[in-house]
Amino acid sequence: MKQDVKKPVLAVGPFHPLQEEMEFFQLTVDGEIVTDIDVRLSYNHRGVEKISETLQFDQVPFLVSRICGICSASHPLAYVQAVEEIAGVTPPERALYIRTIINELERIHSHLLWVGLGGHFIGYDTVFMWAWKYREPVLDLLEEITGNRNNYGNVKVGGCREDVPNELIPKILKELDEIEKKTEMLTKAILDDPVLHARLKGVGVLKKEDAVKYAVTGPTARGSGIKIDVRRDDPYAAYGDLDWDVITQTDGDVFSKAVVRLLETFQSIKMVRQALKKLPNGPVAAEVKDIPPGEGIGHAEAPRGETIHYVRSDGGNRPIRHKARAPSYVNVPSFKASCIGQHISDVTLTLAAVDPCYSCTERVAVVDKSNRIVHDYETLLKLSREKTEKIRKSLGLPKINMEDLLIG
Amino acid sequence: MNNHELIRKLSAISDKLTGIEQKSEKRITLLCESANSFAVNKFLFEQLAARFCIATAIDSDKFFEIIYHYSYDQLGCVINLKVFVRDRQKPAVESITPFLPAAEWIEREIHDLYGIDFLNHPRMRRLILADDWPQGVYPMRKEAKQ
Repeated sequence: MKQDVKKPVLAVGPFHPLQEEMEFFQLTVDGEIVTDIDVRLSYNHRGVEKISETLQFDQVPFLVSRICGICSASHPLAYVQAVEEIAGVTPPERALYIRTIINELERIHSHLLWVGLGGHFIGYDTVFMWAWKYREPVLDLLEEITGNRNNYGNVKVGGCREDVPNELIPKILKELDEIEKKTEMLTKAILDDPVLHARLKGVGVLKKEDAVKYAVTGPTARGSGIKIDVRRDDPYAAYGDLDWDVITQTDGDVFSKAVVRLLETFQSIKMVRQALKKLPNGPVAAEVKDIPPGEGIGHAEAPRGETIHYVRSDGGNRPIRHKARAPSYVNVPSFKASCIGQHISDVTLTLAAVDPCYSCTERVAVVDKSNRIVHDYETLLKLSREKTEKIRKSLGLPKINMEDLLIG
Repeated sequence: MNNHELIRKLSAISDKLTGIEQKSEKRITLLCESANSFAVNKFLFEQLAARFCIATAIDSDKFFEIIYHYSYDQLGCVINLKVFVRDRQKPAVESITPFLPAAEWIEREIHDLYGIDFLNHPRMRRLILADDWPQGVYPMRKEAKQ
């Protein structure tokens, strides 16, 4: 490839040493109302799809689990399902159950992470501290099962690399009870709070017809009343054997998305519990010989929505084309529908409400009609928190502290 | 609604297709030439109400393929629309973004990486490549060296 790049570019704005992602949103405003939104991304394009073509089928799961640390179970799962489709391999039942357990634990910790971040954006740092505290035991469980808090590396073509030892099951069940109790308290505290109702309802509405046009998935779609979930629609792993519900809300606002995620956490706990109790005995991997020529699609419901992988094989030992689409790729562009017309103090929250793979909202700039940058991220965060404070005062409520939130 | 009814619905556009392959109950592949891409995509989104997942471009030496992946969620069925773009010198296909905003990013991405033109795309700007990346160099094409 010709490498005559004209001049080096030092993009200072969109990078931050604390962030794992580089994205830059530019809002155009009229007064305090957003009139347009633009996004620049790919500051750190890693070329995962191209790298995948240089790896053997067995090595790719380790690559794709690093697409995102938080979704490091769903990406490799979608990938191996695509390859299993090409090879016509069905993994043993125990492997399917283990895949389910790991993916649902991932959803629990990911949703709790989002609840914490959401709290942070509106100035409820207590919610942030709580949610992240309750998330820790979930990560500990994942570490005990797979050896890692993230990047589990447990799934492979034909099954799983490591078993869940039967002796561990009582401990996981006990931990789940504890996690459920804490999450219930957190959920009640959030759903009963009049300030949060006033602050989150009617904010950043993604109407159902816009959700269809932008083809959003996951809690972003379910919060807008679209009842889709790959786990139910095209059951994979052990989801077809479990009893659970798809949670939807109709309003499409930030509050709806929060409710969907909170309630889904309980469904996930329920699923892990069932899967552990039903866990069949037997091997955790089937033997896989060569991957024949062909193409396959694998999709899995990640915490943020559908992750879809397309793999093509020519009969060699490497994929000749591998396409991976993470849910944020379709969820993020829906900002055009949900942010325009909003007050700028609601933008950080609206952007965060689709749970963009780790919050990309740290690099927001507001541009006024004459193209001057008038606000940076810090100011927007401040504005968002001030609005919460104003609501709290107008409701005649005192400043919130941790003890006030203890309900149930 | 079952799989047979879905196939029957799809037969409404059979004159625009060059083939239908059904690998399983949950996987259907439609084949078509680039001239019919717009009409078939519009049918899948507007008439069938399938959900657009993503598109995959592939450089197959003599021609390009663009596979539009749709999910028909009622049946959990993935519908792949494989479009052949045969003009390697000036590869182009009609953009579907005007009726399906979800395709905006992926069309820009394919344009960056494969140099396939999407006609009537409302905002055809770079998505993946840097602004100072040389014109006419497409990193995912076969001729691009490592």
